[in-house]
This record gives sequence, C-alpha cells and structure tokens, in this order.
Amino acid sequence: MSFSVTVIVLFALLLLGYFVGRKRSIYVSKNNTKPLHSLPQYYGYLVALWSCLPALLVLLVWTALNSSVISSMTISYFPEQVQQLSKDDLSLLVNEIINLSESKEVLQDSMKQAVVSKYLHLVELSQQLKVGVVFILAFVGMFIGFRLIKPHTRARNLVEKLVRWTMVACASIAVLTTIGIVFSVVFEAHQFFKSVSISEFVFGAHWSPQGAIREGQVGGSGSFGALPLFVGTLLISFIALLIAVPLGLMSAIYLSEYATDKFRAFAKPMLEILAGIPTVVYGFFAALTVAPFIRDMGESLGLQPASESALAAGIVMGVMIIPFVSSLSDDIICAVPQAMRDGSYAMGATKSETIRQVIIPAALPGIVGGVLLAASRAIGETMIVVMAAGLFANLTLNPLQAVTTVTVQIVTLLTGDQEFDSPKTLAAFALGLGLFLTTLLLNTISLYMVRKYREQYE
Amino acid sequence: MMNKRSEFDVEINDTKGTPFIDNAKISARNVEVFYEKKQAIFNTSIDIGKNQIVAMIGPSGCGKSTFLRCLNRMNDTIQSCQIRGEIKLDNEDIYARQQDPVLLRARVGMVFQKPNPFSKSIYDNVAYGAKLHGLTSNQVELDDLVEKSLMRAGLFNEVKDDLHKPGTGLSGGQQQRLCIARTIAIDPEVILMDEPTSALDPIATAVIEELMIELSKKYTIVIVTHSMQQAARVSQRTAYFHMGHLIEVNDTNTVFTNPEHQLTENYITGRFG
Ligand SMILES: Nc1ncnc2c1ncn2[C@@H]1O[C@H](COP(=O)(O)OP(=O)(O)OP(=O)(O)O)[C@@H](O)[C@H]1O
Ligand SMILES: [Mg+2]
Repeated sequence: MSFSVTVIVLFALLLLGYFVGRKRSIYVSKNNTKPLHSLPQYYGYLVALWSCLPALLVLLVWTALNSSVISSMTISYFPEQVQQLSKDDLSLLVNEIINLSESKEVLQDSMKQAVVSKYLHLVELSQQLKVGVVFILAFVGMFIGFRLIKPHTRARNLVEKLVRWTMVACASIAVLTTIGIVFSVVFEAHQFFKSVSISEFVFGAHWSPQGAIREGQVGGSGSFGALPLFVGTLLISFIALLIAVPLGLMSAIYLSEYATDKFRAFAKPMLEILAGIPTVVYGFFAALTVAPFIRDMGESLGLQPASESALAAGIVMGVMIIPFVSSLSDDIICAVPQAMRDGSYAMGATKSETIRQVIIPAALPGIVGGVLLAASRAIGETMIVVMAAGLFANLTLNPLQAVTTVTVQIVTLLTGDQEFDSPKTLAAFALGLGLFLTTLLLNTISLYMVRKYREQYE
Repeated sequence: MMNKRSEFDVEINDTKGTPFIDNAKISARNVEVFYEKKQAIFNTSIDIGKNQIVAMIGPSGCGKSTFLRCLNRMNDTIQSCQIRGEIKLDNEDIYARQQDPVLLRARVGMVFQKPNPFSKSIYDNVAYGAKLHGLTSNQVELDDLVEKSLMRAGLFNEVKDDLHKPGTGLSGGQQQRLCIARTIAIDPEVILMDEPTSALDPIATAVIEELMIELSKKYTIVIVTHSMQQAARVSQRTAYFHMGHLIEVNDTNTVFTNPEHQLTENYITGRFG
C-alpha cells in the first residue's frame, strides 16, 4: 500500500472515529445519570484524534527514516572486505544497488545480485511492516478513544490542549525552517571565509570571481570584494523606493480619501496588477525602452551614460513595487476611524490638513510596513537588474553607470558547472548571508522606528 | 387631569412653545435632513439665543445628534446626508454657496458624542487647532494655552506629567474631557456639545457644567443630554425632539414644570414610548 493510500485510509478512519465517538457519547449520556463533561462533538474529535494521530506520526517517522535505515542494513550484507571501503565508496555502492534493483535485470556479478535481492526483500518487508503497524496503531487508538467516553473525561479540554499543541508545532515548523536555512548558509559561508578573509569580502572594492577557476593563468586568483555588489544593490533599491514611495503613497491617499467608491473599485485592482506582471517582462521593458531612453537623454544633456544603467533598472523596479506601497497604505488609511477625521474637520481643519496631520500619523506604522515589503522586494529582485543594469561589478554611486547587485551575482555564480567546494560557489553563500543580514538590519531599524513612534502616539 | 393617549394621537406638526426669540445667534428655519431616502429631521425651526445654553433632549435615535451636526456642517462629511432649509449664523446663511465650511467650523466648535482624540500626544491634541489657525505666536503662548484649556476641562491635574503620552491611552472619561479641552482651545463663538458628560463621574460632570456656565458668558452653547437634571441645571432653554420632530421649545423652567405638549410631558415624567 503506498503512502498516499495509507493516508487516505487513515483519514477515513478519522471520520469514522468522529461519528462513532459522537454516537457513543450521546448514547452514554442518555444511559447515565451523571451528565457528560463536554458536548458530544468533542468526544467525536477525541476518538478521531486518537485513531489518527499516533498512527500518522509513526507513518511519518517511518517514511522519513526508511531509506537511511535500509541503506545501512544493505551495507551489512556486503562481504567483509567490501565493508572496509571508505564511506564515500560505500554510499556509491549502495546507490548502485538501489539503481540495479530498479532495473530488475539479472546480473553477472553474483555478489551484487545477492545483495540486490536481499535489498528488495528488505524494502518489501519494511513496507508491509509499516502498513501493519500503522493500522494496528489506528485501531488501538480508536479503542482507547472509545474507552475514554465517560462522564468524567474532560474531552473539550483535551481536544483544545491538543489543538494548541498542533498550532505550536505548525509555528515551530516555520521557525525551524528559517533557522535551518540560516544555519546552512552560515556554515557554507564559513567554509568560504576560510579561503577569503571577511574584511576582504566586506570592504574589498574589486569583484571578479571568474579568475578563481582559471588556475595557472596570469592574475589567476579571483578577487571577492563584495562592496560594489552591496553598493549596487542599495543604489538600485534606493532609486526604486524613490519612485515607489511617493507615487504609491500619493495614489493610496487619492484612492482612499478623494476618489469615489466606483473609481476606487476599478483603480485599485488595476494598480495591483502591476505586482503580478512577471519580472522578465519588466526586464525587457527596462532593457529595450527605458535604458535607451535614459542614454539618449543623458547624451543630450552632455553626460556620458552607459547603455545599461542603475537608473533604468531602478525606475522600472520602482514601478513594479508601487502596489506594495499603495495597496497596503490604502487599506491602512481606510482603517483610520471616521470619527478621527470628523474630530479634525470639527476643529476647522481642511481635508489636506487632516490627511497630513491626523490620518498619515495614525496610519504610519502600516505605511512603513508597506514600504518595508516593497524594499525587500527591491533588494531581492534579480531579473530586471540582469537585463537593465548589467553584470559588471562597478563601485559607483552614479546612477547612470552600469552596476550589478548581490542577487544577480549569486545567480551567475551558481549557473553552469561548478565544483561545489570551490570558492566561487561558496561565495554565493557568503553573498546570501550578507543579503540576509542587510535585510535583517533594515527590518530591525524600521520596526524599531515604528515602535518608537507608536509609543509616542497611540 | 391626564387622560392616557397614545403618542400617535398627538398632533406633531407644529412646534409648541417659543421657538423664535430676539437676539438669536443661530436661527434654523424649516430644516429637514435625509439619510439616503430616510428622513431623520422633519421641518424644524428654532432660534438659539446669543450667550445662552440651549439643551436638546429626547429619546435615543430621535435626531438630536443629526440636528446638532447641521449647525456646523459636519453632515457634509456623510455622503448620503441631504439637508434642506436654512440655517443662519449671525444672519448669514451657513449653507450659502460662498460659505467655506472650514472657516465655519473654526467658529462653531463641536464635542462629539463618542470621544475621538487624535493618535497624537495629549499636548498635540489640544494644540492641534491652535497650530492650525495660528492662534499663538510662540511656544510659551502655546504651552500656556494648552495648560489653560486642560485646566478648564478639569483634566490638567490628572495628565500634567504625561502631556507627551498618547491621548488615545486615556480612559474614556479623560478622553471626553480632552476633546472638550481641544475644542475650547480654538476659542469658537458657538460650542456644540453632544452628550459631553456621558462618561464622566459626578465630580468631573460638575466641573464641565461649571465650565459651560462660565463659557456661556462669552459664547453660545448647544448641548445634547440624556440627563434632564443636567438640562435643568445648566440651560436657559430646552428643546424636546421626538422621532425627528421638534416637539417643543421653551424656557427650561417652563418645559420641566409646565410642558405644553403631551409628548414632552410623557418624556420628562418618564412615561414616553
Ligand atoms: N450616518 C448615518 N447614516 C444613516 N442614518 C443615520 C446616520 N446617522 C444617524 N442616522 C439615523 O438618523 C436617526 C437619528 O440619529 P441621531 O444620531 O441623530 O440620534 P440621536 O438623537 O443623537 O440618538 P442618541 O441619543 O442615541 O445619540 C436615527 O434613526 C439613525 O438611524
Ligand atoms: Mg446622538
């Protein structure tokens, strides 16, 4: 029985448990002088959970550990001298066995053939045992749940406690995933910093990782100064926010305070579409329309702009993230109570005074949230930058020059064939770590500002 | 002497008593208010005398707040609200085309039924109007004004150390007094108060009532209240509303001792509905 079928059967048992439990509790309460502690459906939930949860847990753990346990048992089937081999070779051998077992050909090598058949037997056995154990557990669980239907069983409290623990489990999955990602990035970055010093990475002004793989070449060692990348990221994001924050905020204010309901119902979804356009489309728009336009403009002003520029990428990115600012701000501004507006009007304030001095301050935490979301989108954006701002790491604050960003470099580092432990590949993790710390810093600063502001006025 | 009649037997088209007086600050004529199709105020005419306190009483939902909001054009902010008739302030039609509601509201202040402080500090709440209209020329004057206004609303002693804490963090009754302080800080000619003491204890209520009496030497006050004792204590004239109709207006004494209309009598003797 495959995993999914087992789960479906367990689900059916869950429903069965619920109905049996409910029926039984109604029956018990009728034939008992003492009333049941909880409502019938809670006994239903209790039986359902007992019949499903233990079995499901065992199923999950078994499935997760299955392959590693079987591999290690397979190793023990090899002859003595084979087991002396190094760890890597052994795991290669096991992989070979697994592959062979799938092809089902009869092999010349009698030793391998023996192991393959033992392996197949093992897989079969594990599968049957698993299904057996799971269903026995399910029925035992249902029986225990059934026996629990008594007046003094606090079914509601038990179920609610369990629901709470389930929620804790869900929340911890999210938290643990984050921690896991951070740790793996930190670990790989640590590997990288064994070959390149942190100060060189953070403050170095020269980025050319390509040199690292052409060994023996003149000037063959690559240089990993990431400063230009971070400056480029911040420059482009800054330009994008410079476009998106005023435009987004103004449109939010217009939509929520001035526009008629009819216009708002039409315009808000239209604005939100901007965020749904694939970034590649923005990318070629930036590369083919905006970048040449900026170059021509710059030339006519007597400047020497590059054909790809931070400005082009920043402007297009800014347009892309307008809805993050406008939509969230609009929601928040609408949520400011009408009574507060009335209070301001009754003091003889005009509409614009009311907006500036009462509504925006009241909505500020939400507005900052929207801007933050937009900023993280901008910092993480890759495609537009590749197409419109270039790949060349250039330490400059001039928006008319070509720059590159951290995310773009991560992509170029990891595309194509690489050795996994070369500094070039590991550099991607160091960049990832840097990016993570940057956004973390930005988030912390703005959360701090919001909190400080809130303490003052709420 | 009193034969029991149901309220619908009573003629309610005409306002009883003396709705019109000399020396009126505000005079409303044939005012009707609609929310969408629903009529909330029917053909109401009343004069509000200069330096007087006029109390408006009546059962919940009878249109007191609605009528009050007509007097400073706060109903303009409700899209579905339509107003007919004429309201004059110092003999100028406040609904005339050339009238600016913003300027009008600076002259006719309002304290709302539900306290609605801004999400600003206590200080900034009170200073808001003064800053808006440039009433003070420097920080010292502004500090003075804030302190004086809070003092008059009977709130200063409670908040004098927390002037920079948020106004929304105060208790309901404190917020109500904050809103009163905020309104008197802009020095309006007319003050409309919608149940200004509904959340206050007797002592704070007494402070506000004293404030009203003191203010009425200089200003004109309209107060909506559910407390007939309060109406009797502070007001010179009382208006009784019933289901959108202005039933009776008279000297407060007369209304409470010798009401002309059956509905008024039912209400003040606690026998309405
Ligand atoms: N914004 C609005 N939209 C639609 N109808 C409204 C609105 N405000 C008030 N009304 C209606 O107008 C009528 C009068 O309401 P109003 O608030 O003036 O009563 P009130 O006399 O102040 O009552 P209370 O003593 O409970 O404050 C009510 O029937 C109410 O349903
Ligand atoms: Mg009211």
